[in-house]
Amino acid sequence: MHVVYPVVLAALLFSIGVYGVLARRNTILVLMSVELMLNAVNLNLVAFDVWLKDALHGGQVLTLFVIVIAAAELGVGLAIVLAVFRNRRTIEIDRLRDLADPDPDPDPAAGSQDRPHDAETIPARGGAA
Amino acid sequence: MNALPGLAAVAVALPFLGAVAGLLGTRLPRRGRPPGTVDRAVYRRAAWFAVAPTALATVLAVWVLVTYLGDLPSGFTTYVPMHEGPRQPAGAIESTLSVVGTGAVPITIGLRVDELAAVIAVLVGCVALAVQIYSTGYMRDERRYPSYSAFISLFTSAMLLVVYAADLLVLYVGWEVMGLCSYLLIGHWWEDRANSRAAVKAFLVTRIGDVGFLFGVFTLGLAAGSFRVSTVLDRVPHMSTGTLVAATLLLLLGVAGKSAQVPLHTWLPDAMAGPTPISALIHAATMVAAGIFVVARLYPAFLGARPSLDLLAVMAALGMLGAALAALAQDDLKRVLAYSTISQLAYMAGALAAGSDQAAIFHLVTHGAFKALLFLCAGAVIHAVGSNLMSDMGGLRRSMTVTFPAMTIGFAALMGLPPASGFFSKDAVLAAIEHAATGAAPLTDAAAWLLYACALVTVAVTGAYATRAWLRTFFGASRVRHVPLPEPEPGVAHVWDGREAPASMLWPIGVLVVPALLLGFAGAGLVEWSSAVISLLVALLGAGVVYASWRADPAADPARVLGPLRTPCERAFYVDAVYHRLFVAPVLWLARAVARADDTVVDGAVQGSGRLAVGVSGLLRRGQTGNAQLYLTGVLAGVLIIVIGAVVLG
Repeated sequence: MHVVYPVVLAALLFSIGVYGVLARRNTILVLMSVELMLNAVNLNLVAFDVWLKDALHGGQVLTLFVIVIAAAELGVGLAIVLAVFRNRRTIEIDRLRDLADPDPDPDPAAGSQDRPHDAETIPARGGAA
Repeated sequence: MNALPGLAAVAVALPFLGAVAGLLGTRLPRRGRPPGTVDRAVYRRAAWFAVAPTALATVLAVWVLVTYLGDLPSGFTTYVPMHEGPRQPAGAIESTLSVVGTGAVPITIGLRVDELAAVIAVLVGCVALAVQIYSTGYMRDERRYPSYSAFISLFTSAMLLVVYAADLLVLYVGWEVMGLCSYLLIGHWWEDRANSRAAVKAFLVTRIGDVGFLFGVFTLGLAAGSFRVSTVLDRVPHMSTGTLVAATLLLLLGVAGKSAQVPLHTWLPDAMAGPTPISALIHAATMVAAGIFVVARLYPAFLGARPSLDLLAVMAALGMLGAALAALAQDDLKRVLAYSTISQLAYMAGALAAGSDQAAIFHLVTHGAFKALLFLCAGAVIHAVGSNLMSDMGGLRRSMTVTFPAMTIGFAALMGLPPASGFFSKDAVLAAIEHAATGAAPLTDAAAWLLYACALVTVAVTGAYATRAWLRTFFGASRVRHVPLPEPEPGVAHVWDGREAPASMLWPIGVLVVPALLLGFAGAGLVEWSSAVISLLVALLGAGVVYASWRADPAADPARVLGPLRTPCERAFYVDAVYHRLFVAPVLWLARAVARADDTVVDGAVQGSGRLAVGVSGLLRRGQTGNAQLYLTGVLAGVLIIVIGAVVLG
């Protein structure tokens, strides 16, 4: 089998993953898209390992590493998602904007008006407790 | 005899220590007492710190004088007829503590005792002692009495340092400290805005003169290669005329500032905002005499610079007549005395210009005595009446049985009536000026005649204003308004219930009467009867005019004899207004412009750059929305661009 088939497949998978990371609103789907990207890389590693006939099978070994680390990363990622959901009652990623630069106007009233998402989520957090 | 500078050093140091003790030792916190209340114990302690060192310093100064004169070679006469030319200073004793090497001209820290210094030091000590004792009564119940008396002590120390200094820069130190004390004491009642303005005015005006003085000292010191007074005086014959003229003109600026001579005289009348004892001490008897003293100290240098003497003569002529006329029109008793001080100081300056430092110093000493007496009496009157204005006085001769004769003697001395001291000293001055006018002097003829004419007219005007003040204060119907003043207002000290001042104020007055009356007989052998008779007649003429006017209408102010001149005289010929227009207003305008430029240009640049950075960064902030996916998109786009760039360009 020519190497181009798995490479094209990997490229497609990677592109789907990039689209998912950039466009999905659900954090779990974003994590899944990350997994897609990782697996596209794995596919590349295995394909080139075979095609180049590596004596030490470095590609396959690296793939195993990636799978293990991806599992650990996913565990951490899901834990964070769970924690966020418990706090906010939502895991929509474009609503989690705490890293936004606050309003340049030093007036605190204007600042709170400019962050409506927090205002929505805080009562929800109280309900969870 | 060689111990004399040591004694002088102790005399200088004692009031200084008294000042330190008065400032620090009276500030011990006392429990359970709100700050600001009058504390009798603190007051008494401050009074002791003030009076005792000054008294000791005075005793030492007298001791120095007596020892010095006693050790002079026999046959040495204290006073030499003025027209026999300048006398060589006889036997100055110097002692040097250390020499400060500056890399160029060294500074000698040392004291010098000679006849001039010894005599003036006794005057300073006596007047300062009288003022300190007087102040214990005048400033009773004054909240800031400790700092007040400490500043007087500091002032006394500085003046003694000026008098005894053997080095021009040491003299300058004392000179500046005096200026500072004068500022602090004029502004003693600083709660009143006018008082602090007067203090600032005095400070600034004298400071203008001091700059000139400092550079004059530099010029002399560099030309002589030393700042020592004796070395400078020795080298004077070897200096070029140009150097001497430059140095003495610069010194004259300082003299005009300190001694309140035209054109820097405007601070002295305003300085009357200070407490009356301060006016007596600083602005009549001692500090303003420092300028005259410095000219006498460096007199050989002035004799070598004829243009400077001419200028001094013109300044003196204008100052004596103008100030006397201004004194004739004032209503404030203290301002009358202030203008009279300017006028009398101009007499001394005139005598110096006419070539007789003897006469100038003689008049300085007697003037110090009788002017201090006059001011202390004025203080007693003001104390009793509660007002500075003569239109609130009158008829006080019956109630103030001690002050009235004392002040009468003071006015007699001021007018130059025999046998008071002013008669002899003023005659010496007038005789010197007359000799200058008739040829035997370093002055040009025009300056000498101007000086002589002004001096004679001023004698008449002096008689007039002294008589007017005397009549307005002590005679006629009483115009005293008995206003109950529960709280001492700034500027009037405290109002005494009785009519005569307390004993602590009367004793110094009584003691000062003696020198004011008798000091003149030290120079009795030198009276030139021709000029004496002329000046006596002229003075009586002036007094007579005022008396006739007063007899015609005792209620009216005799100043009306001035006619249309009265308003200009009262405003001191608008010099203040002219200075305000010429100097104060442009400086204020400049200051406002600078402040505005600072606000708009400098601050605007700083704040503008800040605002510009904030505005530009606003564009960048726009990107930071908190949306992590947006950030990732940016990262990806960046990577793509880099990759494409690398492919295309690589």
